[in-house]
Amino acid sequence: MEITTRSLWTLIHGMGFGALYLLVCSGAIALLYLRSPTNAEVHSTPGGDRILGIYMTVMAALAWLTVLSGTYIVYPWYRAAAPAGTANLGAFPRSLLLSSPATKQWHLLGMEWKEHVAWLVPIAITMAAFVAIKYARDLKHSRPLRSALIGFVATSLFAAGVAGFFGAMLDKNAPVDGGQIIHLAGGE
Amino acid sequence: MTVGTHTPISQGIASSVPNGSAAAAILSAGIGSLAVALLTVFADQSAIVKNLLSIYKPTGALSGVSTFAILVWLLVWVLLDWRWRGRNLPLKRINLIAFTLLALSVLATFPPLGDLL
Repeated sequence: MEITTRSLWTLIHGMGFGALYLLVCSGAIALLYLRSPTNAEVHSTPGGDRILGIYMTVMAALAWLTVLSGTYIVYPWYRAAAPAGTANLGAFPRSLLLSSPATKQWHLLGMEWKEHVAWLVPIAITMAAFVAIKYARDLKHSRPLRSALIGFVATSLFAAGVAGFFGAMLDKNAPVDGGQIIHLAGGE
Repeated sequence: MTVGTHTPISQGIASSVPNGSAAAAILSAGIGSLAVALLTVFADQSAIVKNLLSIYKPTGALSGVSTFAILVWLLVWVLLDWRWRGRNLPLKRINLIAFTLLALSVLATFPPLGDLL
């Protein structure tokens, strides 16, 4: 069992940071919703405020790690130009997708949207984390504050979902692969 | 009635901390998002802009789009926070503006719509 360094980084970017962000997003929306005064059984306590702050900070860290690893580690491998006359485009995912009418929209629509919309996520969640920490005690009583945070976090969930979906489909149609081979298990 | 140093309020009318910093953070996030979208559209429509934004060649224009949009966002955030920190502002109106900017950003980054601009 083995994996290449490029595959490993793609995995860390998508299935690690990105997927984890998608998983925790709904938790953040629930935590913020539960700050509503209509949820009388849930009270804002210093401990609860701290947990919300830590939770949102971890989300912001995940968002930054996802876009930075995607933009500066995986994407250069994806978009590397194939030398003229290259017959096997397997090592050049962008060129491979564009070489066929059946797959070129995965790049023209999928990657073009994914690479840009994903950058809205760290902006939205960093703001949300800052406000959640600074105004932890006010969230329960300020509907506009809660609405802003829930709206931005929900939009970040949508944007991360778009990026995640197209990332998975792009990797299915033209995987980023190559580099050093890492042996994980087995084989003599 | 008070709980600790916090004054209970309804629907965000008052706050234990002036809401200016929150307003600055929310609006600047909307502006930063729009910066991502506008730079994306400009880079897509102009080879000169695309080249200027390619500050890290292996990543191409995306490096400049993301870097300059983040700089715009942070700069606007710092400036607005500096101006609004001690004030209470109409958050509903600021939310509406920020959400509009955010929605426009999501739409403008969608290639078929961005190409129409």
